Amino acid sequence: MKILVPVKRVVDYNVKVRVKSDGTGVDIANVKMSMNPFDEIAVEEAMRLKEAGKASEVVAVSCGVAQCQETLRTALAIGADRAVLVETDAELQPLAVAKLLKAVADKEQPQLIILGKQAIDDDCNQTGQMLAALLGWPQATFASKVVLEDGKATVTREVDGGLETVALTLPAIVTTDLRLNEPRYVTLPNIMKAKKKPLDVVKPADLGVDVTARLKTLKVAEPPKRSAGVKVPDVATLVAKLKNEAKVI
Amino acid sequence: MTALVVAEHDNASLKGSTLNTVTAAIQCGGEVHILVAGHQAAAAAEAASKIAGVAKVLVADAAQFADGLAENVAEQVLALAGTYSHILAPATAYGKNILPRVAAKLDVGQISEITKVDAPDTFERPIYAGNAIATVQSADAVKVITVRGTGFDAAAQGGNAAIENVTAVADSGKSAFVSRELATSDRPELTAAKIIVSGGRGMGSSDNFKILEPLADKLGAAMGASRAAVDAGFVPNDWQVGQTGKIVAPQLYIAVGISGAIQHLAGMKDSKTIVAINKDPEAPIFSVADYGIVGDLFDIVPQLVAELG
Repeated sequence: MKILVPVKRVVDYNVKVRVKSDGTGVDIANVKMSMNPFDEIAVEEAMRLKEAGKASEVVAVSCGVAQCQETLRTALAIGADRAVLVETDAELQPLAVAKLLKAVADKEQPQLIILGKQAIDDDCNQTGQMLAALLGWPQATFASKVVLEDGKATVTREVDGGLETVALTLPAIVTTDLRLNEPRYVTLPNIMKAKKKPLDVVKPADLGVDVTARLKTLKVAEPPKRSAGVKVPDVATLVAKLKNEAKVI
Repeated sequence: MTALVVAEHDNASLKGSTLNTVTAAIQCGGEVHILVAGHQAAAAAEAASKIAGVAKVLVADAAQFADGLAENVAEQVLALAGTYSHILAPATAYGKNILPRVAAKLDVGQISEITKVDAPDTFERPIYAGNAIATVQSADAVKVITVRGTGFDAAAQGGNAAIENVTAVADSGKSAFVSRELATSDRPELTAAKIIVSGGRGMGSSDNFKILEPLADKLGAAMGASRAAVDAGFVPNDWQVGQTGKIVAPQLYIAVGISGAIQHLAGMKDSKTIVAINKDPEAPIFSVADYGIVGDLFDIVPQLVAELG
């Protein structure tokens, strides 16, 4: 059974991004890039399923610029068997990515595709669900537990009021939430091994996909700034200010 | 132009998130319809018909909608998509799960978590954990949108919309609801609360979180937490406020033992008033707090409870 894991190269979660003064976007020149944290969790989950004997092969795929190869090498170092890069310099939005991933899935024929629930750069939370719809597969988003048994995936999901469990017939899509697992540290021997694992590069045209962006970004601005607050010396002052100044109690 | 709002509900009533979404739909211009896809959902449909500004309520009532399975609800939306210019859902776990399926099948982009409607085709949305606000324009024939509740006021009551039953689409047969574990609490719901008392890693343990309870009781507050506290196992997952948890904007947010990481601020920095209690004077939370107290939360919280009388 094959598991496909799409991974995205994003600005590292520790970086505090800055909006460019011309309002055209966020300044990501020379900024540290990493695998999207939710995608690390996805790769880790695929590895655990393989190690438990539920899957025979884990294939990582990424869409974007040539440097995404680094992100794929990380996936290979975590343990993926093979990687595919769909290389393009075009701005990729979730619908286009879902179409590219569908084309890859049609070729690879996985029984399970595990994605991160959202990318921490655009915060869209769409790709997994879109891919599921294009493939006509069921989905379980925001997964905190995945059990594979007898051609079904039983997934516990984090929802607004607590937890919900659904059962999906395979093939299916799962998107990861934070508490699904804690990704392993990548060891140096595995990083070295990863360099030798196969990494194929294809172009969107090879897959017959039009990746033209649908949404046009007119401008990017800083959010409204909060004015600086004050430190108060004691609780009595705090309560007085909350009552009389802020009027919130 | 007509907008279709996919209602979030539990069959017996509408979730508050639906009301904020209706406001966004109204701002898109044109007529607003609401879809209630559920099972024995007459009460939810009735509530939807009473919302001011809503022209029609469509009801798809069948067992396959009882638990909001995305495959089924999305298919139902697609069956009705027809001539709608806008399709909206709350940016809650419910709406986020369903709507992208609709967008993909309609072959259009989705605009997630809008905080403002600038024009029928132009919307603002947060990116990079809310450190930047993007203004995006869609040229797609149908705008598929999820709405961040804190960006819009709840729509008013006073409507009298017609309720129309629609034919339910068949069960996809590929997914089944198994079970649910929802927290029950007398406290207000986190995303609707006017006051929130939130604890972070500084609380130290799940037992220690109990010291916040009298404070929450006195203020009639909901209780929340930072991701660090949730990951440490102090409190349940659905208490998490932050970029990948709940987005809140209460009148008052009291952050206790929370350092103020970017990802946490993303979830609460639109609160009207922020209070921070932390023993580290350099904690980033103080840069967004209107009022900060530097000190030991284990002394300050009981003092605060006493002072509130």
